[in-house]
Amino acid sequence: MGLIADHIGVFGSGLRVSAEISACTFVLAALLGAVLAVCRISPVLPLRVFSRLYVAVLRSIPLLVLLTLFVFGLPEIGIVYSLQWTAVTAMSLYWAAFFCEVLRAGVRAVPRGQIEAARALGLGFGQTLRLVVLPQAARSIIQPAASLLIAVTLNSSLAAAVGVTQELTGQTELLDQQYAQPLVTFGAAAVAYVAIALCVGRLAGFLDRKMAVTR
Amino acid sequence: MTPVLHNKAAGSGLPESSGTPGSADSAHSAAHASTGQPAVPATAPPRPGRLTALLEAVGGADDGLFDPPGPRGRRRIAVASAVSLLALAALAWAVVHQFDAHGQLHAAQWRIFGQWPVLHYLLTALWATVRVTLVSGAIALPLGALLALGRLARTPLLRWPATVYVEVLRAVPLLLLIYAFLFGLPTAGVHLPLFWQLVWPIVFTNAAVFAEIFRSGVRALPRGQTEAAYALGLNHWTAMRLVVLPQAVRQTAPALVSQLVRLLKDSTLGYVVSFLELLNAAKVLGEFDHTVVQAYLVVAVVYVLVNTALAGTAGWLERRLGGPSPTRGRPTV
Repeated sequence: MGLIADHIGVFGSGLRVSAEISACTFVLAALLGAVLAVCRISPVLPLRVFSRLYVAVLRSIPLLVLLTLFVFGLPEIGIVYSLQWTAVTAMSLYWAAFFCEVLRAGVRAVPRGQIEAARALGLGFGQTLRLVVLPQAARSIIQPAASLLIAVTLNSSLAAAVGVTQELTGQTELLDQQYAQPLVTFGAAAVAYVAIALCVGRLAGFLDRKMAVTR
Repeated sequence: MTPVLHNKAAGSGLPESSGTPGSADSAHSAAHASTGQPAVPATAPPRPGRLTALLEAVGGADDGLFDPPGPRGRRRIAVASAVSLLALAALAWAVVHQFDAHGQLHAAQWRIFGQWPVLHYLLTALWATVRVTLVSGAIALPLGALLALGRLARTPLLRWPATVYVEVLRAVPLLLLIYAFLFGLPTAGVHLPLFWQLVWPIVFTNAAVFAEIFRSGVRALPRGQTEAAYALGLNHWTAMRLVVLPQAVRQTAPALVSQLVRLLKDSTLGYVVSFLELLNAAKVLGEFDHTVVQAYLVVAVVYVLVNTALAGTAGWLERRLGGPSPTRGRPTV
């Protein structure tokens, strides 16, 4: 345990980088996922086909394949920028597909009668979406979005496998190689990850209860 | 012959009329004429052609969020379609151009993937991937079922350890577990073959996930089923075995199959332990032949094909067994 106390800074910076990667990935994935979801329910056929194919393909590619493709492939076609952001790009593209599905499920969870009532009142597509569908959909996606955030955080560790060793899992492995105390180092990292997952889960449960719609 | 002309003029995009010979066509419109119905009402939107119909099927309009568009709406949609097609084409062109500009489209760099030694190498690697998936699935599945039974048990002695195991293992990244096995076990004096160094961490995390799937399957059953079993005098375990589990397994089958997708994705971590599965093979091949992008792209396509087939099987099972699975709509991560 003394090892942990001595290197609390290492764990702290690892945790910070992990949180940074996860947060950036989550926000970018949410934005792109929202665009994809809008494409998916829009009346414009090419956009709908594109969104459908994008989700189908990106959900079938393992994240690590996408990461290696971006980290080692992009330089080959002359696109080079910081390693951490390359990893974030790949992860955002991957999670956007999942986000699109979560959002779509949220929209579908709104009873059809609500939409029909809105149209009967004379609301247009944009108004129906903005005033009736989205406020209700937002509430029902809290839980799935939270599990997505947890998954994003856990899988941000894969960045270590392609060389972003500054994040928590990478730092833990380096510490272990220095001090050869696997039980302590990996145990501490596991505790950190479990704590993050618990916090996110609790927060989502709280929000969900607070904003629940009684139907 | 007026009905034929009328039909050709009004319904040129009709799927029936687009490919049928003239005789069938005239018979079709004659039927229309005899019942006195117009072939196509004047205000109806143009019916899609065959290609559009196929794309419609792929695009799958599912939500009734918008009214059927009127003439102005149709014009706006047509403009939006044209613009989005242009944008998508520009995107595709940019990608191809970027590849071409850096000489990644030379035939020589792609041709090697048609040669037998390379194909054989990749197929061997694919088999290794499949082996990891199947073996870890075969171990994780019963382990998950046991854990689920433990979580559903009435004695806290079984319930607590199972709960803690599931909650902790679901919240620990697989890579951390693999590193722990890779670097932790040798210091403890345990030396596993590479294959098992990859399989055991996958088993330990996925057993927890399987347990959750089983448990939600059991909990999704109507309470009346268990209550009826108790009323008949069955005890907890007999009720489980005879009443609850057979139904729960049936309900969760699709979710279990789609979980195989996740197992297959997890097997790519062989890249980290340098076990020669598909992704690691691509890395080796790419470095050996200087075809890094090509090798990764080829295996990405293979993964998409295999996983799409698995997801299709899950969907087919779901339709066949009927009833929504308890984890439907939840993405397999």
